[in-house]
Amino acid sequence: MMKKLTKQTEFYLALLIIALSIFITLNNPRFLTTENIFGLLRSFSVMGIMSVGVLFVLILGGSPDVSFTAIAQVVQYIVVILTLNYGGNIFLAFLVACALGVLMGLLNGFLVHKFKVPTIIITIATSNIYFGLLYVFSKGEVIFVIHPMFREFGQLAIGSWVGQHGTPYGLSLLAIIWLLTLVAGWFILRRTQIGRNIYAIGGNEIAAERVGINVFKTRMFVFGVIGFLSGVAAIVHAAIVQSAIPNIIVGQEMNVIAAVFLGGAGVFGGKGTIIGTFLGILLLAIVSNGLTLLGISTYWYNVLIGAVIVVSITISAIQQIRQEKTRVRVQVEGEVTA
Amino acid sequence: MVPHFGVEPQQIQIRTGCCDSMSKFLQMVNIQKNYGGVKALKGVDFSIDQAEIHCLIGENGSGKSTLIKIISGDVQPDGGEIQIEGRHYPRLRQIDSLNLGIRVIYQDFALFPNLTVAENIAYSQLVEKGDRLVNWQEIHEIAKAATEKIQINLDLHELVGNLSVANQQMVAICRALTKDVRLLILDEPTSALSKVEIDQQFKVVFDLQSKGISIMFVSHKLNEVLQIAHKVSILRDGEMIATLPREEVDNDKLIQLMSGRKITYTRYKGPETTNGKLLEVKGLTKKNNFADVSFSLGRGEILGITGLLGSGRTELALALYGIAPADRGSVVIDGKPVTIHSVQDAVRAGIGYVPEDRLTQGLVMKKSVRENVVPIVIDQLRNKLGLLDNGEWRQTVDHWIDELGIKVAHRDVEVRTLSGGNQQKVVLSKWLASKPKILILDNPTAGVDVAAKSSIYEVVRNMAEQGVGVILISDEIPEVVNNCNRILIMRNGRLVEHLETQDVTEEEVQNLVEMTGTQQQQISGELR
Ligand SMILES: Nc1ncnc2c1ncn2[C@@H]1O[C@H](COP(=O)(O)OP(=O)(O)OP(=O)(O)O)[C@@H](O)[C@H]1O
Ligand SMILES: [Mg+2]
Repeated sequence: MMKKLTKQTEFYLALLIIALSIFITLNNPRFLTTENIFGLLRSFSVMGIMSVGVLFVLILGGSPDVSFTAIAQVVQYIVVILTLNYGGNIFLAFLVACALGVLMGLLNGFLVHKFKVPTIIITIATSNIYFGLLYVFSKGEVIFVIHPMFREFGQLAIGSWVGQHGTPYGLSLLAIIWLLTLVAGWFILRRTQIGRNIYAIGGNEIAAERVGINVFKTRMFVFGVIGFLSGVAAIVHAAIVQSAIPNIIVGQEMNVIAAVFLGGAGVFGGKGTIIGTFLGILLLAIVSNGLTLLGISTYWYNVLIGAVIVVSITISAIQQIRQEKTRVRVQVEGEVTA
Repeated sequence: MVPHFGVEPQQIQIRTGCCDSMSKFLQMVNIQKNYGGVKALKGVDFSIDQAEIHCLIGENGSGKSTLIKIISGDVQPDGGEIQIEGRHYPRLRQIDSLNLGIRVIYQDFALFPNLTVAENIAYSQLVEKGDRLVNWQEIHEIAKAATEKIQINLDLHELVGNLSVANQQMVAICRALTKDVRLLILDEPTSALSKVEIDQQFKVVFDLQSKGISIMFVSHKLNEVLQIAHKVSILRDGEMIATLPREEVDNDKLIQLMSGRKITYTRYKGPETTNGKLLEVKGLTKKNNFADVSFSLGRGEILGITGLLGSGRTELALALYGIAPADRGSVVIDGKPVTIHSVQDAVRAGIGYVPEDRLTQGLVMKKSVRENVVPIVIDQLRNKLGLLDNGEWRQTVDHWIDELGIKVAHRDVEVRTLSGGNQQKVVLSKWLASKPKILILDNPTAGVDVAAKSSIYEVVRNMAEQGVGVILISDEIPEVVNNCNRILIMRNGRLVEHLETQDVTEEEVQNLVEMTGTQQQQISGELR
């Protein structure tokens, strides 16, 4: 059991997270309080939700989708304007956002399938189109006052405790949406046939066709999922930020993608887990939070994240080499097996 | 009931009595297929009876795989008729073929390296059932049942990417057996297997056939074809030359029909005196791979290394070529000690290596034949300015296309479109062209047709005559006996026999290799 565990990327990622947590806590005990952790989960829920979609795309083919932030951005702006003009409720907002997200996702999927071009190429193009159109129509205008239902929704939480400065806190519904997304993602990838088909296609697309998997349908599903989650993330983001800034989500895609790679997804497809993805985002969250708590300029954030990625890639490479070395290929006569 | 091995083919005929009921399972008439200008099939007729073992043979590129892809619905023919169980199929799709119980095991297996053995085996059945949810327990039950059918011991939790080629093939067979099969098609199923595994596979084939399943078997190993066939069909250049019952053919006739000429083997004599030791290996050891291996190789000598799968022969080659360097031991080349820690070290020391798993290790599928041959010989193709000499390059490539009889319209054709055997020849030529001092060949003729085999032997012998020391690793006993001066046999990671080929017969070598074969096989089944 232990042996199997040490072969997993997730294991090392978890170790790294624990080590970092201990280090930060030793320097600032505020880190390891429920208030801080709950806050972290809330503020990283947007990235967390999107990361599950990114994981799906990476398992399918290893080439990342880079347009999901643009999708979320466009969806958010549209929904914010619609609700300002016509009112409505939060469910309706989710519904419209997800529908729009799915549509844009499906368009990506269709283009990728049709032109047999790596996802990253197609989505660079479509993200420019989506985002470009948003800029044309919004003229880059920030909407500072949005419908109050977003703020109300963002304040919903489970439990109520009193924090350090006497402010009440709980586990935000937004964080719960992230956790539910993780559970749903795990369920799809692990327990449904279409989820397994995603891994199969990532492993060997020709073989997938031969066993009778509908590759087109599966691909559309994956791009539908990332579109859907971009829609969810758009509303969650609006609930946190309580304004609609046309360029605030765009630009985060690389961090999300890096986190998913950190979590063990591969560049050739067919690899990656929900746990790993969760830990990947968690690591980003802790690094960012740690910087604040230790009073270091957040300008260091990108540098540190880069360093963390380099370290973890090195670890996984070393791990692979070690594994390769100890593999028993031949039962050599007279040799004691380890 | 499983038939015993070593039975005469005639006996098998009597036992099964396959051809009493003249019910055809599959009938194809005047099938045509063109790939651009290449006529892969030129009006082929082909049929399979129920419970018949039908072998399909032909040289590399003669159209065997293409015919199979049409039966499986992977490829649509340009013309002709297909009738299965009496029904016409103007357009046979993959899904139709699957639903009719047709299962193909491809030359490249079509497996998922990132999934476990269990899931790989169960996959087609799960897709067919069409359930939305997966039940892992069911997956394991399906896989277990299938592995038990052919009595093979595989770790169901292992990732398929970590398995040996032989075991990957077993996984592919297991997958085909998870469903009701009516026609099982095996495209060169034995080219990567050693004797014991082939026997095991034939046992499975006979067993299935006795249950009424038709078998279509494609192979370049004619002795195997003669061992199991009820009928043999011969393709040559996209045309069906003949379909004959087993009784009417023998080895020579099949070769004649395939290639239109006669090919005979001769034994290699080698140099009179081995002039000087080229390579001397002492006490080479790598934990979990092999131990205490010592041997020497002379200039102009062809040294055969054989042994069962999992005996450590490939691992030894990998160590000598620096891919998986040894832990201990010494290697002396031309009297100078060398340390081989990497492929660069090996290449600098003058060692060349043709890998076993050529199709995945040796080719860039989307590049042309010309570009695939060049990487290793690139330094030989530079002119005085250090630039690539295009004329020289073309000449070299054309020389090898000719020498090995690579069936390709032009040197600038993408390797992807070549037949399996011709792809192998491309990799081989790339290495042969590199003119090493010591050449290690790992199963160089797997999947290559009879005519090409003898031209490969010819090339290897010529190289030896020019002073190259050759190490020929092979499963095929006739291959090592006929082409080598000496033979080393490996078992359980150690060198156990050292033979002069003059003194031995093929049978003797075969027996030595198979000693404690059953034990060996169990071990390798568990390990790899
Ligand atoms: N996708 C393709 N595009 C172009 N030509 C092709 C394609 N597939 C096959 N061919 C050509 O069709 C011919 C028949 O190929 P096929 O693979 O059927 O041969 P084969 O009999 O299976 O040979 P082998 O014994 O080497 O596997 C070859 O000349 C090959 O180059
Ligand atoms: Mg073929």
